[in-house]
Amino acid sequence: MSGYLRYWGRMIGCAVRGSALYYSWMAGLLLVVLVGGLAYAQQLKEGFIVTNLSDQVSWGAYIANFTFLVGVAAAAVLLVVPTYLGKREDIKEVVILGELMAFSAIVMCLMFVTADLGHPERFIHMMPGFGRLNFPSSILAWDVIVLSGYLLLNLHIPGYLLYKEYKGEAPTKLYYRPFVYISMAWAVSIHTVTAFLYTGLGSRPYWNSAILAPRFLVSAFASGPAILILVFYAFNRWGGMKIKDSVFETLKRIISITLPINMFLFGCELFKELYTDTTHAASAEYLFFGIHGHGMVVPYMWASVLFTTTAMLVFVVPKWRAKSGLVRWASVLCIVGIWIEKGMGLVIPGFIPSPLGDLVEYTPSTVEILVSLGIWAFGTFLFSALAKVAVAIQKGEIRAQPA
Amino acid sequence: MAFWNRQNGPSSDNLRAAARAKKLAEQKLDEVAPRRSFLKGLVGGGAAVAATTTALASRDDSGKEASGFWDEFFQKHYKEMSPEEKQRVFERIAAQANERFGVQVQVHDPEPIPGVSFAFALDLNKCNGNRMCVTACMRENNQSQDPPIQYIKVLELDRGTFKLEEGNMYYEGEEVPRKDKVYLPVQCNQCDNPPCVKACPVEATWKEKDGIVVIDYDWCIGCRYCMAACPYEARHFNFTKPKLEGRDLNPQQGYLSNRVRPSGVVEKCHFCLHRTRRGHYPACLEACPTGARKFGDLNDPDSEISAVLRDKRVFVLKEELNTVPRFFYYFG
Repeated sequence: MSGYLRYWGRMIGCAVRGSALYYSWMAGLLLVVLVGGLAYAQQLKEGFIVTNLSDQVSWGAYIANFTFLVGVAAAAVLLVVPTYLGKREDIKEVVILGELMAFSAIVMCLMFVTADLGHPERFIHMMPGFGRLNFPSSILAWDVIVLSGYLLLNLHIPGYLLYKEYKGEAPTKLYYRPFVYISMAWAVSIHTVTAFLYTGLGSRPYWNSAILAPRFLVSAFASGPAILILVFYAFNRWGGMKIKDSVFETLKRIISITLPINMFLFGCELFKELYTDTTHAASAEYLFFGIHGHGMVVPYMWASVLFTTTAMLVFVVPKWRAKSGLVRWASVLCIVGIWIEKGMGLVIPGFIPSPLGDLVEYTPSTVEILVSLGIWAFGTFLFSALAKVAVAIQKGEIRAQPA
Repeated sequence: MAFWNRQNGPSSDNLRAAARAKKLAEQKLDEVAPRRSFLKGLVGGGAAVAATTTALASRDDSGKEASGFWDEFFQKHYKEMSPEEKQRVFERIAAQANERFGVQVQVHDPEPIPGVSFAFALDLNKCNGNRMCVTACMRENNQSQDPPIQYIKVLELDRGTFKLEEGNMYYEGEEVPRKDKVYLPVQCNQCDNPPCVKACPVEATWKEKDGIVVIDYDWCIGCRYCMAACPYEARHFNFTKPKLEGRDLNPQQGYLSNRVRPSGVVEKCHFCLHRTRRGHYPACLEACPTGARKFGDLNDPDSEISAVLRDKRVFVLKEELNTVPRFFYYFG
């Protein structure tokens, strides 16, 4: 027991000590967390009146970010599969970072959902024993279950492997391999269930589409690797790591497949809406052209199309894909493009026009932006600390017995 | 019935409008039942009304009880509370309202009357868009005045179209009806296959035996998934603490209906269950100067609502969504 406590003590010690760069990075993030916390306190005190949400557009920035981050968490499977099924030794070196990123993303997801609750203290109404989780009727209940499960899986797997590494022992396969295989299917399930959250609503024709779940997964498998490219680049540049080029190559190849598929599926969706031209096409029309003089999201959506198209070209054309600087810019465009596509492009127009034809537009309020930034900063802070410790353990800097 | 629809009401209520009308027509042919008025039909439910719990708070009762964060935190789901626990909760709510508004408030909880199945019908030929129902509803149900919450939305449609998407709910002017316009009031349809009930992750909203979909405001977590699920825009969120004046407060309050709502929870029309379960008409019906609104017990073949469903060609909104509404429309 004292050995285990000592392990935790050394991990915390590693997380709070670092270079001047590390300190300023973490302090900067903490500052944003603090500002977000203050904004959230205002929302708790005054209610959702401080947001720009309305009866018509009842979900906004929080749920949009939540949806995007579920995809980021699911994308960890793209490292897990080649490591454990493809026996890729190069990817095995970074798979724990991917799992820790999934863990951090799920933490952010849960924070975004909590921020979206009118009564966050009533979370106990979902807890077994006291609460009444509406399972299996409510897809939100399913989402709570699959997200919690994925959180635990991504806590256990890297946690166990790192502890064994620290002890200098070989991990027992039975203690983690079954969970690894479960997590592969589970990763797909979290984003599928999150898509079903929208798909299952007959009241919102724009969401009530069978290809929403495939679209969610494919776009997550494009934006997720793009984030990993940037994160791994940062680790190589500032984190003292040597992540192999072959890892980057694999990620790039994945994006070169998923990004075009994503655009194809989105195109299919738009064809169905705009060509058929029923009244249900109003949301899609609003999104790209605006209706009745309302078109707040139109510039965002065209920007998203421009970003993802540019990124797609870079990842597809071999000559451009070889340039690492260009790839990093394309990764940024890919992430931002898909983030807009899932937030401004999916969540918001689902509410516009409303089922009775009301046209109420939405952009996040200052409080919503600050709270969202705070949650992103917290997740980044958490991931930075976890990753620093994990890297130190893997490098052998933290060991039970000095090697 | 699909396994995930386990919360639906009694299967006899799950009848489509056409089937209901047919059933009523058959009953009419038999014509054996003695005529009963809407109110007389409620006699059978007298026991339920008598069993109603009432909480009365005296003015000097304020203080401790009124600010019970932990009481609220550990308060059980409505369906799991014992009668004594409910009584304590009603007393606390009455005391809180008393303290905040300086008004003697009574919190009741009239239960569904056995054998009664409520439905609404609206004559679109009579409705002229005067919106008296909207204001009467707000007053009856202690809705927030700022920001305003209105259970009834009246859509102004061009003659010759029934495209809800083209409706205007913000029409203004000196008088109604305006030339070549049709008015369509929309409120909670109390669906027999309610998407909102299916969506709620914590069972804070459910369908009662008399067909009314209710919300336990003390159990709702404020996720607003039900609002996204509702095709009729019937659900409203309390974006802040409802602003109300004591002098406007209706002191006769139902726990599942018109009591003052907390901030951060969803609310909606409940067919004025604190009135209708005691033999009164809903406030919107009483306020309507045109007589466009009809309300009553579907199970009573002699009720006005039964007559409308039998004799008029009724329809429901967005029937293709299979929500099976209890709110019917007709051109009388």
